[in-house]
Amino acid sequence: MSLTTRRTRMAAAALAAITAVGGLAACGKDDDTSSEGGKPAKLVVDTFGEMGYDELVKQYEQQTGIKVELRKTAQLGEYRPKLVRYLATGKGAADVTALEEGILNEFKANPRNWVDLAPLVADHSTEYLPWKWELGKAPDGRLIGLPTDVGSLAVCYRKDLFEAAGLPTDRDQVSALWPDWNGFHEAGRKYKQGSGGKAFIDSVTAVSNGVLFQQGSDLFYDKENNIIADSSPAVKAAWETATSMVDISAKTATWSPEWSGGFKQGTFAATFCPSWMLGIVADNSGEANKGKWDVAAVPGGGGNWGGSWLAVPEQSAHQKEAAKLAEFLTNATSQVEAFKAKGPLPTNLEALKNEAFLSYTNEYFSGAPTGKIFGESVSKIEPVHLGPKHQAVKENALEPALRSFENGQASKEKAWEQFVKDAAIQGAF
Amino acid sequence: MSLSATTAPPSPAPPRPGTAPRRRRGHLLNRLDLKYSPYLYIAPFFLIFGAFGLYPMLRTAWMSLHDWDMVGDHSFIGIDNYTRLVSDEYFWNALVNTFGIFALSTIPQLLLALFLANLLNRSLLRAKTFFRMAIFVPNVVSVAAVAIVFGMLFQREFGLINWLLSFVGIDQIDWDGQRWSAWTAIATMVNWRWTGYNTLILLAGMQAIPKDLYEAAAIDGAGAWRQFWRITLPMVRPTLIFVVILSTIGGMQLFTEPLLFGNGRILGGNQREFQTLAMYMYEKGIENLNTAGYGAAVAWAIFVIIVLMSLLNFVLVRRSAK
Repeated sequence: MSLTTRRTRMAAAALAAITAVGGLAACGKDDDTSSEGGKPAKLVVDTFGEMGYDELVKQYEQQTGIKVELRKTAQLGEYRPKLVRYLATGKGAADVTALEEGILNEFKANPRNWVDLAPLVADHSTEYLPWKWELGKAPDGRLIGLPTDVGSLAVCYRKDLFEAAGLPTDRDQVSALWPDWNGFHEAGRKYKQGSGGKAFIDSVTAVSNGVLFQQGSDLFYDKENNIIADSSPAVKAAWETATSMVDISAKTATWSPEWSGGFKQGTFAATFCPSWMLGIVADNSGEANKGKWDVAAVPGGGGNWGGSWLAVPEQSAHQKEAAKLAEFLTNATSQVEAFKAKGPLPTNLEALKNEAFLSYTNEYFSGAPTGKIFGESVSKIEPVHLGPKHQAVKENALEPALRSFENGQASKEKAWEQFVKDAAIQGAF
Repeated sequence: MSLSATTAPPSPAPPRPGTAPRRRRGHLLNRLDLKYSPYLYIAPFFLIFGAFGLYPMLRTAWMSLHDWDMVGDHSFIGIDNYTRLVSDEYFWNALVNTFGIFALSTIPQLLLALFLANLLNRSLLRAKTFFRMAIFVPNVVSVAAVAIVFGMLFQREFGLINWLLSFVGIDQIDWDGQRWSAWTAIATMVNWRWTGYNTLILLAGMQAIPKDLYEAAAIDGAGAWRQFWRITLPMVRPTLIFVVILSTIGGMQLFTEPLLFGNGRILGGNQREFQTLAMYMYEKGIENLNTAGYGAAVAWAIFVIIVLMSLLNFVLVRRSAK
């Protein structure tokens, strides 16, 4: 290979990426409008993870005669760059696009990319968890997302490990161990003693995640979107609680191989579970550990991690029909169906009261009544204001700083300095 | 470059029988053919280079002069992105990491490649083709697979390396927790993948050395070591410099190995211990939607650094040739 071609390839690879000449690679969207009454022949839906829409989409096809293509992307990390490419190049986006909490917040900064759904669908403003509904609105008041699911928190714990360490195993008794975070810390210390020094939770960032959303106050931004990371009481509370638990932490960063492997190895006995995490816990633990896990309440009441909305991109050729499809997918019946299929927790108030939802039990988790547990914790979620770069501040400033401290790379003061500095960089918009 | 190719002088067109006008037309076509077809032959490269090399580069340069939001507006800000870059602590951190990993990977890699190429060049070696192919195999394996497998080897809790080290009494090393250990782990992946490739290029260079030089040296009583030092090394120097330039370009763009080593987190460690320049470019240009212009400036900085390093190599080879 000659030097020139190497250099060319370098230039092509590095610079093509940065300019996102994705138009060349982006999938062409079929713009097939059938002749009858302007009704589209096909609508495309983009989702990530498992949102449980397979059956619902078929129902919709039968009801309306419009073909629906469901494009699924497994990982959020792959999904986001695709969306960015569609928006940056102005083509390729699906008619209905699922937006995860962090993505939605960031994309709100440019609301013109998204259709205002309010004029296109019936008024549903009172049918959903009020805070969730509000989060779907852009700063300019446009309704850009209809609520799908919420990441209400619970604690997943290993019954067998608890028993061996002399802790109670019944889920109500376990929940009673930790009415607050001090109780949780205390239980963790007991576990450590009883198990001969084993770690109780997976990481301190899991704790900070839990505490952060229970405060019901501004997090990294105030209402005017000024960065207040260094003075926010909620952030300080999450920081103090999380750092205090370093003695019972297994120091396995969420999503790392040590963490995934830890479920099987029993490296830790408890972790924080939004309902969408249940499937991941089950997968990581394997069939051999079926029935060893159970689900208890989260210390300090509610808590939220993740959750999504459905939006219609401005570039969609069938905005009206797309809005109708999004409306259908987020209605009460559909949300219950999706929960039973794949576990995303409903946000529609009627769905949350639905008998089939409340009576649902999860076999892998020792038959825990997950519908009831998560349904109760949903009502305790404190609505919070998330600024535009909330996700970036959390993932690229708060969590690395916590891990620096957890792994002994920095003292608590130094780690906090690192966080404050990075929060300012990551939070700028 | 000092790599020279000998080209045969174009042979004159053979005289062809025929009538005068036909001959004239044939002559014209022949002249056009001679004059323009070489351009046609190389055109595909330049067209593709224009679309995928030059255009993105110019567009990136244009972007780097803006405050650019990937999915929103942009406004012209002149060279502000570049002035910010100069005082950006994390940019210099990425630069140090990139050069650190580059040094840890390139120097041992080239020494090893030189040694292996010399071994493979021995006329007494059996099963030459087998060894030459075997040594290239790591380069064929996908970089993602390499990074994932090595990531597992270098795990803290259940990693093979820590397990082996425990036999010699070394405590568990948190490989991605410190600069030196993370650099070592990443450099190991790079070395594993590219040593064979460089060996083959050096081997080709060694085989071009006339055998009679060695024979003459042997008659004069020079041993293997002296032959290597006095004949092989000076003679493969141009090839060596070529290999160094290739490694430099590759090293400055290091991305996949450190990214996957850090579980796909773009920061490259809790305190950016192993975030390379390419990762920093990705963080600013792609991950953060609203700093795409700044990311473009980082991309150009990488380009300039590579050009400077290549020029340095070029100067060195010119000097050594004199």
